[in-house]
Amino acid sequence: MNGAVVKAVLRWTALIVAAALFLLPFYLLLRNGLASRAEITAPDWTLWPRQVHWENFARLFSLEDVPFARSLLNSAVVATLQTLGLLVICSLAGYGFARIPYRHSKTVFYAVLATLMIPTSVTFVPSFVVVSSLGWLSDLRGLVIPGLFSAFSVFLFRQYFLDFPRELEEAGRVDGLTRWGVFRRIVVPNSRGFFAAIAVISVIGSWNAFLWPLIIAQSPDSWTVQVALSGLLTSQNPQLNLLFLAAAVSILPIVLLFAFLQRYLVRGVTESGLKG
Amino acid sequence: MSVSRKTRDTLAFWGFVGPFLIGLAVFAYLPMGWSVYLSFFDARNTVTPSVFVGLDNYAHMLTDGPFLASLGTFSVFALAIVPLTFVLSLALAVGVHQLRFARAFFRSVFFLPFACSYVVASLVWKTSLFSGVRYGLANTVLGLFGADPVAWTGTVDPPLYWIVLVTARLWLQLGFYMILFLAALQRIPGRLYEAAWLDGAKPGWQVFRHITLPQLRATSVAVLLLNLINAYQAFDEFYNIMGDSRGYPPFARPPLVYLYYTSLGSGGQDLGRGSAGAVLLALLIALVTLVQGRLFRFDRGALS
Repeated sequence: MNGAVVKAVLRWTALIVAAALFLLPFYLLLRNGLASRAEITAPDWTLWPRQVHWENFARLFSLEDVPFARSLLNSAVVATLQTLGLLVICSLAGYGFARIPYRHSKTVFYAVLATLMIPTSVTFVPSFVVVSSLGWLSDLRGLVIPGLFSAFSVFLFRQYFLDFPRELEEAGRVDGLTRWGVFRRIVVPNSRGFFAAIAVISVIGSWNAFLWPLIIAQSPDSWTVQVALSGLLTSQNPQLNLLFLAAAVSILPIVLLFAFLQRYLVRGVTESGLKG
Repeated sequence: MSVSRKTRDTLAFWGFVGPFLIGLAVFAYLPMGWSVYLSFFDARNTVTPSVFVGLDNYAHMLTDGPFLASLGTFSVFALAIVPLTFVLSLALAVGVHQLRFARAFFRSVFFLPFACSYVVASLVWKTSLFSGVRYGLANTVLGLFGADPVAWTGTVDPPLYWIVLVTARLWLQLGFYMILFLAALQRIPGRLYEAAWLDGAKPGWQVFRHITLPQLRATSVAVLLLNLINAYQAFDEFYNIMGDSRGYPPFARPPLVYLYYTSLGSGGQDLGRGSAGAVLLALLIALVTLVQGRLFRFDRGALS
């Protein structure tokens, strides 16, 4: 057997083993989520539950101390509002920095960039102080609004708009559009792919966020799905099968995003990972 | 008389940028300012303190063990996670890049964990893969070799909990960094490899070492720094894997976990010390970013 064949066999083996390891947790979520409580840690472990316990769904959604359905709804609302708001606010600012001539534009932009030196999670204590002073604890506003002003997204939008073809905008000006008109009718419609890329990243970030919701959403009614999961996990004597089922349900929306919008997701990841 | 063009532009600028700047002032500048203010006061269970304590909170943080220990915990974590992530995500990227078919499949599989939250990963790692019970998955594997079951998250000496924490993060983030490397690999011009082949370079390690790696330099730096900065902010998996209904053990507390329990924990809120800690951590990370910025500029200067 020659070296090239050996190498190919080794490479494929390594990739397949790695893929199996990467998929293992997903399999465990499903397997354990549909098993009985005893089956999860039973000595005679079976690949698939002997009997699929569909009633776990009903039990999960009727837990008394963890309002799971409510937490899913909260997360959906937060992710949607935060993403829409971020797209509007940060694209406007990015466009302003990229295209509108103003004497102090550079200075202002540096003041924005300066905040990028400190990741927002490092300052969660002071941010908590501000949000609680506003009376936004256990409140949708406290979960959504502080996340709308992403200096990093403004930076990405600015970079993108700097490369936007000027001829298109000038054509609009000639047709008598105002700056706002050019932005709304020409720039935004021609940047759908970029907006989608930022949107997908924002939805995932918002859905999976944990530290901020943990400190802001204090009453169970305001919990996001990650806080609810954590509550289940760190509770005394958790019901393991319901825990796994809850996790499986919680990743479903994002897995669907992966399935249908992976192109935008990959673009969003490379833009935000490499331009930063 | 109509408004001058310049005035209109200025108004437009503030119209576009204004909403964002107001938010940034309230949710970025104000908290930092308030934090600096609080850090000079005895601010236990209050956000409007009156007892000025000067630098006491800072002195406490810098001389009292736990805060420094949290920086030590971060260092250990970073020393493990940064090189491992770098090597493994690069290996995955190269492996996927070389495929002639099923490339999209493998790329998706390795990237898929990025869809999961740290809470979900913690849950699987803690209660199944590295469950301390006799029939947890890792213990079952150990059992095949006749070894006794291990309390993974509860064993301090040797600190086996690191295996749980590090592998969970690897699973979650390798795909992300693989995507960055893949993007960079695709940008390497094919003629470089042709030239290397003509020069008689052996395909394999030699080409990888002398052609591929140098071309990946910018991406490598980005991956290392991003990874380091993310490790600095580690909270979710520590909180969910190490903590339980009885609380959090006194060890394995990275900076944000330490700050969380100091300033917002159930043992009484100490916002003065918490704020001093936040200021110190912010200064530290800002320093890293500044040094990185300098290095980058230095790089560009050297290249041009």
